[in-house]
Amino acid sequence: MRIVAALLAGAVFGTGIAISGMINPAKVQNFFDFAGTWDPSLAFVMGGALLVTFIGYRLVLKRPAPVFDTSFHLPAKQDLDLPLLAGAATFGIGWGITGFCPGGSIPALGLAEPGALVFVASMTCGIAVARLARGWLQPSPAT
Amino acid sequence: MTEFTPLASLVGGMLIGLSAVLLMALHGRIAGMTGILSGLVAPIAPDWSWRLAFLAGAVAAPALITGLGRYTIPFQTNLPTPWLVIGGLIVGIGVHFGSGCPSGHGVCGIARLSRRSFVATAVFMASTAVTVFVVRHLLGGLS
Repeated sequence: MRIVAALLAGAVFGTGIAISGMINPAKVQNFFDFAGTWDPSLAFVMGGALLVTFIGYRLVLKRPAPVFDTSFHLPAKQDLDLPLLAGAATFGIGWGITGFCPGGSIPALGLAEPGALVFVASMTCGIAVARLARGWLQPSPAT
Repeated sequence: MTEFTPLASLVGGMLIGLSAVLLMALHGRIAGMTGILSGLVAPIAPDWSWRLAFLAGAVAAPALITGLGRYTIPFQTNLPTPWLVIGGLIVGIGVHFGSGCPSGHGVCGIARLSRRSFVATAVFMASTAVTVFVVRHLLGGLS
């Protein structure tokens, strides 16, 4: 049942990405192209998503626990560190070049677009490489 | 050019929000594609099953929408494969160090009023806009 629930939540996500236009790299790039073929649609995606999530989270997080787990898993980190800033800036370069973000590209696999497959494979390698690099950059504390 | 689609984008965005609320209510998890995907990259997280199910749903939904033949989902990119590979690596490395992407920071994080997510979202939006300007208007596209 918990797997079916995650599958359903994922299907709602994929439907939203597809209908909203986030799945379309050209549309994403046009949102940022103020000096050219500007398409403000993605402001509506962000607005709609934030509206529902902001209200929904407040209702859900009042409950003692989620349905299929013993507690909510919320990021505790608060500090603005270099990896956050440099990582976000780096991601933007890739997002601008391709028009693909993680949430837009994975549902695009369902359209059987070869470009999406190449991107997702490469992005997954990027995550794997970054994980290894972080291991080298931050050696585990001496025991 | 892409068509301005305020209504479809708003509805799609609301579905993305609904998915985030569902995943929090059911599994107590942030619906951030970076975090969900990262748990499926070695070393694979012990709770890989819901992650894989969410991704499967996200891929299956657009496939079903187009497969039923009543609805076409616009998808446009003319980016050559080498740039998709480079962009994918940059995105993967960026979202790992930046601890998230538009779904995790831009929707879930901002809805939680997370300071890190506000800053990360502002940084990657700015970086993306600059990149799109450089690529389209200074370089005249990528080939």
